[in-house]
Amino acid sequence: MISLHVMESIGGQARRAAPGTNWTIDLIEWARKCSLSKWLANAAGYEEAPVPPDWIVAAVGAGIAVGLVLAFISVVAMFSIWLERRVAGRIQSRIGPNRVGPFGLLQSLADGVKLLLKEDIIPSGADRSLFILAPALVMASALGMFAALPMAAGAGFTDLNLGIIFIIAVSSLATIGVIMAGWSSNNKWALYGAMREAAQVVSYEIPLGLSLLVPAVVAGSMNLREITESQSSWSGACWLIFQNPICLPAFVLYFVAALAETKRAPFDLPESESELVAGFHVEYSGIRFSFFFLEEYGAMFIMSALGVALFLGGWNFPGIDVLHGGWLVATQLLVFVIKSLCMILLMIWVRWTLPRLRVDQVMVMSYKYLTPIGLGLVVASAGWEVLVAGGLPFNDRPFWMQAATPALVVFVCLLLGWMLRKQSVDSAAAPFAARSSAPGAIQT
Amino acid sequence: MVPSSETPARGAAATLPVKPAGQGDYDEDFNLKPKFATPLARNEREMVMDVRTQDMEMNMGPQHPSTHGVLRLLLRVDGEIVTGAVPYIGYIHRCAEKIGESVEWIQYLPYTDRYDYLAAMNNNLGYSMAVEKLLGIEIPERAMYIRTICAELNRIGSHLIAFGTYGLDLGAFTPFFYSFREREWILSLFEKICGARLTYSYIRIGGVFNDSPPGWLEEVAAFCNDFEEKWKEYNDLLSENSIFVSRTANVGVISVEDALAFGLTGPCLRGSGIAYDLRKAQPYELYNKFEFDIPVGSGRKGTVGDCWDRYDVRMQEMRESVKIVRQCLAGIQEGPTLAKLSAALRVPAGHAYVGIENPRGELGHFVISGGDKKAIRLRVRGPSFCNLSILPKALPGTMLADAVAVIGSIDIVLGEVDR
Repeated sequence: MISLHVMESIGGQARRAAPGTNWTIDLIEWARKCSLSKWLANAAGYEEAPVPPDWIVAAVGAGIAVGLVLAFISVVAMFSIWLERRVAGRIQSRIGPNRVGPFGLLQSLADGVKLLLKEDIIPSGADRSLFILAPALVMASALGMFAALPMAAGAGFTDLNLGIIFIIAVSSLATIGVIMAGWSSNNKWALYGAMREAAQVVSYEIPLGLSLLVPAVVAGSMNLREITESQSSWSGACWLIFQNPICLPAFVLYFVAALAETKRAPFDLPESESELVAGFHVEYSGIRFSFFFLEEYGAMFIMSALGVALFLGGWNFPGIDVLHGGWLVATQLLVFVIKSLCMILLMIWVRWTLPRLRVDQVMVMSYKYLTPIGLGLVVASAGWEVLVAGGLPFNDRPFWMQAATPALVVFVCLLLGWMLRKQSVDSAAAPFAARSSAPGAIQT
Repeated sequence: MVPSSETPARGAAATLPVKPAGQGDYDEDFNLKPKFATPLARNEREMVMDVRTQDMEMNMGPQHPSTHGVLRLLLRVDGEIVTGAVPYIGYIHRCAEKIGESVEWIQYLPYTDRYDYLAAMNNNLGYSMAVEKLLGIEIPERAMYIRTICAELNRIGSHLIAFGTYGLDLGAFTPFFYSFREREWILSLFEKICGARLTYSYIRIGGVFNDSPPGWLEEVAAFCNDFEEKWKEYNDLLSENSIFVSRTANVGVISVEDALAFGLTGPCLRGSGIAYDLRKAQPYELYNKFEFDIPVGSGRKGTVGDCWDRYDVRMQEMRESVKIVRQCLAGIQEGPTLAKLSAALRVPAGHAYVGIENPRGELGHFVISGGDKKAIRLRVRGPSFCNLSILPKALPGTMLADAVAVIGSIDIVLGEVDR
């Protein structure tokens, strides 16, 4: 993606959407102008260093981008793993890793070193080439998804007009890798995991896509940067879930579908350890296994980040617009990452609380409930935009409507919270006398 | 010595009996014979839709996280649906019953710890009672109270494992840690009274090994109070969770007829709606003194005899055990804790069978004595072994994930299945 974009830029066709987007070209320009290049060019008998051909620019840009993404995804995944283990420890009334580094922060690094040093086992009955290719493909999909993320104004790697579609499409690549892994392992449990993954991801892409259409309809764009920017008024608090009441259920739908897409509990069927031992990666060990592991947490981050960008205001935060320049970009980046981590925290919380669904229940949930709900939400959000809001952009709507929508959203949230408040279930309330003489009970 | 024609000469190659080809597990071409009574059938879809499908055989275990030990299940599966199951056992067979014929009466006690290592107190109790029945001795009352407290605490500990691992089987990890938190307290209570945390050998022939240390009974009372609160937490977290209910209700239904026909006992039988508990049916020790109920499966979430009912019976039994322990604490008096017996115990000739209510069902010990220091025969009726026999009946028709749920709800301990 970066390469396409850079080539477009050099062709002079792409606009400079935001400062910093074309930093690759700036970098190469700087490299051309630096004294070493000049000296080399003079030594070779040229006036100045030649403008490099497009493919070199593209390759350099892609290389830098991949390096940055790799570093970012590794750090984020390691932090998420640490977060998961610590939070799980809290939930389960134990401590969690706290030995390596401050608060155990370097535990993931130590584990990574261990995984690197472990023996790389390829089962003798495995399909060698597919077995080796599968983790690479899975990892590539996680890296690719980062390309379209708008992390801060002007700090994204690219600025795609169909960013939403791109992320969904690239995330599906991981499924192919998982199926390859399950098939090539020559293990029936792995095959089960792969088949479950295929069925589950294909099913849940429908509600996921439908839930993503709602913000696209509301914001009037498929470009993630534009959608994020449309949430910047009210000094950064005008998030999409406050702009349209349909966005809140759409966000819930998105969250459920994202759990299923990232194979998180209660939808972790492809790798359910109590049924399929470890699912599709049962035969993997060492660094190849860690690729699957990193991809899982990378995908979690991306799904969270997408939700943040589309529903929760992206990099916008109240009061952030007092900053300028590099401080603004850095703070936006921080806000974006912290918001995403909050969503990851929610995923972790769900995982360590709920049991796992059965495979038919997962399918029923997608096709019988989530998909119709998603369709209804798309229609409803379009109806709201056209009929109630009169097709006006959010900032041009009458003030009462701008105020009423978030009030409605907050009211619904409070109502739901009241309805779902903790009701301690005391099964002992059912008297034994009544239960012992239940019909069918044979007294001895 | 002149070698006769019948006995082969020393050093001559003894011919081992070789099974002719086609017998045993292999056919004439030394391929493994199919394990199921009917061969793998081609599906009808092959004819109708011109798609060739075949059931698949797969091994679940002995190294599988959800078989609760080294159980191996040979499953026949059609996609996600289990169409047949054959359990294979014997991976930790340790000849416990045969050992019982070669060690002295007292020396066998530690072997009983090792069949059902989650309920070693109950195992000790069962064996001791069988020998005591032959001896015809009086057990001091305080010893019986302590025995009952220990057995019931051990029942709670065992059911806590059943509860925790059942959550684990269904993908809920957190209840497991909660249950271990409380079990830890029970284990430390046992450690205080006998020094061991898993294999106690505390309940002896003639009573218990030693009196409870000072303050122990008060701590048991504190545990009972704390546990009742924690027990409510478990229900909030797992029992009433709608995903949990949807995974267990109407799954693995065992009818009353099947339960009786397969000889199920314990929570598996009571889950099917039969209020049969040896503590009530044939009260032993002090159980006819105590007030407690026998929870039975009610079909509250689905059908009577489903996985949720078996699970619920265990949950309710923990509460009943707390009730019994409380009554023990109220009634216990000072006194001796071990009947006087000679060190080299000789048991009068005869035979005796004693069945007690183990957390998993009826644990029976059948001993035959010839009046000597050792048993002539010692046999055990293990509840897990009998309960396990329902699997080939209960599993077909369920899904792969349900198979895990059914195995978990039967709550087997392989140490006791294989002995």
